[in-house]
Amino acid sequence: MRFKNSFKQWAMPLATAGLLTLGGLAKAEDNLKIGLVAALSGQSAKSGEAITRGLTIAIDEINADGGILGRQVELLRRDDESNPNKGLLAARELVQKEEVAVLFGGLDTPVSLAIVPLANRMKFPFMGVWAAGTPITKNGAEENYVFRVSAVDELVDEALVQYGIDKYGMEKPGMILINNPWGESNEKGFRKALESRNMKWAGIERVESNDTDMVPQLSRLKDSGADSLLMVANVAPSAQVVKSLDRMGWDVPIISHWGPAGGRFTELAGENGDKVHFIQTFTFVENQKGKGADVMAALKKRYPEIQDLADVTPAVGIANAYDAMHLTALAIENAGSTDGPAIRQGYYDVSRYQGLIKTYSNPFSPDQHDAIGPDDYVFTHFVDGRIVPLKQ
Amino acid sequence: MITASIISGLSMGSMYALLALGFHITFIVSRTVNFAQGSAMMVGAVLGYTFSITLGLPWLVAAFLTLATCAVYGLVIERFLVRPFHSRGSEAWLMATVAGGLLMDNIVMFTFGKEPRRFTLEAVDHRLELFGTGVDLMQLIIPAVVAAIVLVLVLTRRYTRLGKVLDATVQNPTAARMMGIHVNRVVAISFAVSTVFAGIAGLLIAPLVSVHSEMGMLFGLKAFAVAILGGIASANGVVLAGLLFGLAEALIIVNLGSTLAQILTFSLVIVALAIRPNGLFGSKTLVKV
Repeated sequence: MRFKNSFKQWAMPLATAGLLTLGGLAKAEDNLKIGLVAALSGQSAKSGEAITRGLTIAIDEINADGGILGRQVELLRRDDESNPNKGLLAARELVQKEEVAVLFGGLDTPVSLAIVPLANRMKFPFMGVWAAGTPITKNGAEENYVFRVSAVDELVDEALVQYGIDKYGMEKPGMILINNPWGESNEKGFRKALESRNMKWAGIERVESNDTDMVPQLSRLKDSGADSLLMVANVAPSAQVVKSLDRMGWDVPIISHWGPAGGRFTELAGENGDKVHFIQTFTFVENQKGKGADVMAALKKRYPEIQDLADVTPAVGIANAYDAMHLTALAIENAGSTDGPAIRQGYYDVSRYQGLIKTYSNPFSPDQHDAIGPDDYVFTHFVDGRIVPLKQ
Repeated sequence: MITASIISGLSMGSMYALLALGFHITFIVSRTVNFAQGSAMMVGAVLGYTFSITLGLPWLVAAFLTLATCAVYGLVIERFLVRPFHSRGSEAWLMATVAGGLLMDNIVMFTFGKEPRRFTLEAVDHRLELFGTGVDLMQLIIPAVVAAIVLVLVLTRRYTRLGKVLDATVQNPTAARMMGIHVNRVVAISFAVSTVFAGIAGLLIAPLVSVHSEMGMLFGLKAFAVAILGGIASANGVVLAGLLFGLAEALIIVNLGSTLAQILTFSLVIVALAIRPNGLFGSKTLVKV
């Protein structure tokens, strides 16, 4: 009798709890999952933060409009710690266990390059929003599942060389490159860009991510007659290049890829950090009206710590991710399902989208998996912690 | 370029020597080493940044608090990660100190933050011209501070009661215990001293590099290699090995580039140990049976 009464006492609450749990699980399963594998810690943590913000604002807008295919969108993030092995494991987990519809990538080219073969083999769309390594999208796969809304190294290298010539009358640059696949990708691009102009280079020096002193490498370039530096490195080594130049007392133009934009560059490099001119695809400084203003307002509302433009550095991560998420939403809607091959075709079927960076018109095709080109690049430098466009 | 490399090599070599002295001290006293030494260096840099930059405390106060905390860290390591295993004749202290270091790295990552920060000390943030080459003032300060520390260590061991207690414990812990020396306390002090050395190394290197939770790992590894290379039981050997290692690294970088530096320096360590298995300046341990 006592047992019967106890059972009755607990049956209803337990049943209710069970139903609610199942309901919650069902609701979670209804969500359309989008995955992000990016550097959320370490020297490039700010890049992961920027990408997250861009994706989140876009997802908020999409969900407010009813989601994708009638389902609310949910973002799942994993930290690759800028490590290709960790990035690959995280990608597998998101695709196989969490069954994300599309996987977004982060800043590090080596990590993205590690994920590319997996994406093509398992036929899931992989969208790059920062890593610029040329072979990420130009990977030679017969069925290429890798797309990108970001800069492309071989095009960036052309732009950097031309900028050096136009701005500084560059004749014999020295290359200072990070010793990883990203550095290698840009070495090829620089060589091609310089050879096409019959220009020679003073030398090619490599740096490691944890180098504390780059005076030897820079001294060799100086002794070889370098009149400017073409730099490709992430935040910490880029900052060490500037500090080493200070130590040497060598005042030389530095034309850089966007590595300095991924973290606290001005803090690490010191006051001469503003001498580094680097490429971007977007700045909020130049886009304070229209869509730029709307996204800025949404960012401030979502993230109260954002007070002004310095707090949305790096803008390129936010903008690339924001546009990429909206393009992805359109692709999935075109596909009518979360099937990888269908979404891939869905990307090709995107006809027009008015984005933050630009208005996209048929951004993707079987021969073109990069939505942004050289016309979209802008040269910038740091001023008081803000990325500000340079007048060209 | 060679001048700059020698200065850089001596500066980094002094750092490795200071960290390696920490390995030396705990080894001679207790026949254990603290594999969280690299982590202790990172803690020194992070705390130095927090006290002086974030909290704005005067530099001397910040340094004192930093080193005091590092000492406590060493005591905690000895008490909870080394003594429970070593007292039972187990070698598990080895993994425990490795795990402790990794744990601390992750705690710092979540509390201090995930990004590198710049530690600027205006008093030493100067560039000098020396023998026609530009150097940071800090690169000259580091070897001077380390030399002073080594001198203090030598004088302490030779002329103070603490030094005699330390030597007694090193020579024969059992006899030392019978003479009323609190051996466990001496071992604990040795661990505290080793982490204070690491903390000093962190404070010295921080203005030259960036401060972040992973900065100690590679330094710790190199310092252990230096300790083995020098003969871990020999203080002189460890210091000389540190300087040699730093110079070798710098000269390899200037001639062959930094890409080959790790490969060649560690290869040289292996070659040196193959020729002198007890380290360049170490000697075989005599065990009386």
